[in-house]
Amino acid sequence: MTTQVSKAPRRTGASGLRRGEGAAGWLFVAPVIIILGLFLFIPVLMALWVSFSDWNGRGSPLSSSVDFVGLENYAAVTTGGGLAERNFGISLRNIAWYVLLVVPLQTALALFLAVLVSRAVLRGRGFFRTAFYFPSVTSSVAITVLWLFLFSTTGVVNEVLSWVGINGPNWFNDPRGIFHIGFGAVGVDSAPTALGDSGFLGISWWDWIAGPSVALFAFMLMAIFTTSGTFMLLFIAALQNVGIELGEAGMMDGASAWQRFWHITLPQLRPTLFTVLTLGLIGGWQVFEQIYTGTQGGPAKTTLTPAYLSYQAAFQNQDWGQGSAIAFILFLIIIFFALVQRWVLRERPVSRRRAAQYQVKGQKP
Amino acid sequence: MTVTAVGDTAVVTEPRAPRAVRTGRATRIWGQVLLYAVLIVLALIYIYPFLVQVATSFKTDAEAAADPISLIPTVFTWAAYELLFSRSDFPLWFMNSAIVTICVTLGRVFFVSLAGYALARLRFRGRALIFALVIAVMAVPGVVLLIPKFLVLNQIGIYDSYAGMILPLLVDAAGVFIMKNFFESIPVSIEEQARIDGAGTFRVFWSIVLPMARPALITIIILSFQGSWNELSHFIVSTQSPELTTLTKGVASLASGQLSQGSQYPLKLAAAAIMTIPVAVMFFIFQKRIMNTTQGALKE
Repeated sequence: MTTQVSKAPRRTGASGLRRGEGAAGWLFVAPVIIILGLFLFIPVLMALWVSFSDWNGRGSPLSSSVDFVGLENYAAVTTGGGLAERNFGISLRNIAWYVLLVVPLQTALALFLAVLVSRAVLRGRGFFRTAFYFPSVTSSVAITVLWLFLFSTTGVVNEVLSWVGINGPNWFNDPRGIFHIGFGAVGVDSAPTALGDSGFLGISWWDWIAGPSVALFAFMLMAIFTTSGTFMLLFIAALQNVGIELGEAGMMDGASAWQRFWHITLPQLRPTLFTVLTLGLIGGWQVFEQIYTGTQGGPAKTTLTPAYLSYQAAFQNQDWGQGSAIAFILFLIIIFFALVQRWVLRERPVSRRRAAQYQVKGQKP
Repeated sequence: MTVTAVGDTAVVTEPRAPRAVRTGRATRIWGQVLLYAVLIVLALIYIYPFLVQVATSFKTDAEAAADPISLIPTVFTWAAYELLFSRSDFPLWFMNSAIVTICVTLGRVFFVSLAGYALARLRFRGRALIFALVIAVMAVPGVVLLIPKFLVLNQIGIYDSYAGMILPLLVDAAGVFIMKNFFESIPVSIEEQARIDGAGTFRVFWSIVLPMARPALITIIILSFQGSWNELSHFIVSTQSPELTTLTKGVASLASGQLSQGSQYPLKLAAAAIMTIPVAVMFFIFQKRIMNTTQGALKE
């Protein structure tokens, strides 16, 4: 009966129990459909139109006075050669460093915490888990306010650094790139001509390799601090499902704890690793609220992110076309990297080289 | 190689074979000491900032700058809290956040479980398509929606109103997903019985299914409460008048110094501490469940 009904759904009649299910079904999902449609699908379509238009924020973007300008807005931020392109370039530089450093570090830290609190014998497990997770429940506004205090010139972090003789920087007002600081320490203070004269998106290569500024670095530490707890929970759940038999077999074979973790536990965590990396990547590209609350893109635009730039272009400079164009480019970038990651971390058969490695290992006495 | 096997941890101090067993035991004890030392230092790093936050909110401005790290103020003062509650819009912000959070949470629980039930149990044309769309929605990065949301709110004339703040948050695709999964996991027989007794679809849903769904509903309540209380970006693009400012938006303006002179750290940290209290209380009440739901909700 079930198959029959699902194949040819009947409105009324034959099946008494299933009477009116079609209507009820639609009625039940109607609120969700209406709200998602009204505040998600239509908005995205409207913004797509705005990104191809010259709407200036006055009146309705759908009125007849608004003109289609093709790819003009997209061109302005990617090849225009003006301030718009430079700002977009700077924001991409900042967020690229941010994602590149935050995603691996938060994943590694979350996994490390999960392994620590998942030890078979551990007193105070609940306490430690709660401690590591708590920062995740606070709002980004509250945590940013706290961070501004901790990393102020006379703040807690600099106080602690002074104990070991380090004179801490004025974190959120320091636009120097951390790699530039590093180059400076080995005597390279200005751009070699090869890197200084050419560049990409209006930024010289020398500025691309500056790394995150000290200010952005403080935000990165905050991201790691607030997300590691959530991801730790995912890893804890995954670790509970990892069979201990394999690990014990590894012990018999004389594998060290590190070898067992690397060759036996980690491969089994691959699906969770994928989830955590993907969530981290998607979240990383979207940094907005922290910047809005904390630095508004400063100092010297070194905490400007694409999301904040998009907001600023539209809501503050009334350049809605460019703001929307930036948002859609960001959207494409996020999708692109999510797919790349999916491809890189896909399940694949063991390569011949890998298989050969296992052979050699197995034959050792 | 043998030593490492006995040692159980990667750290092996004495590689000589005859003393392997004794070294193994010593290594294990040192391993334990090291483990707890690392855990305690880490826990301190994760918790201390919040202790400092509360402590600093009771300090004077001068002391907050001079001695940021101590947990006991030399001069204990309520000045920051008095200023917040009697001479600023803070109570208004708090009320707005409370209104929005309560409406959003109640609305979400109802709509999301309705849709989840329909997608899990009711057979109707287009069900698979709708579910696919809900999943697709989950993949849209929220930050891309800032400008679009403003455009639509403006177009339909609910920009800068409670309706504009609440309606778009009423539905959450992830919630639909969680409820659908839950309803699929409970046996269908009780509902069938009620249907045979002649109960209508909504009645079955309301008085039979929903009471059984308590664990999943609590998950939805936690997620919606936390999500809407901590929400900022939606309120930035949906409101502009001071009367509709929420806690997140108000405290963000405090932080960027739009309303205050000087650093005023005790004031800002007091505001941040108060806005953390509701989610912290929620967290400690449902602690066990949160630790498990986050796993369940996000697990593939």
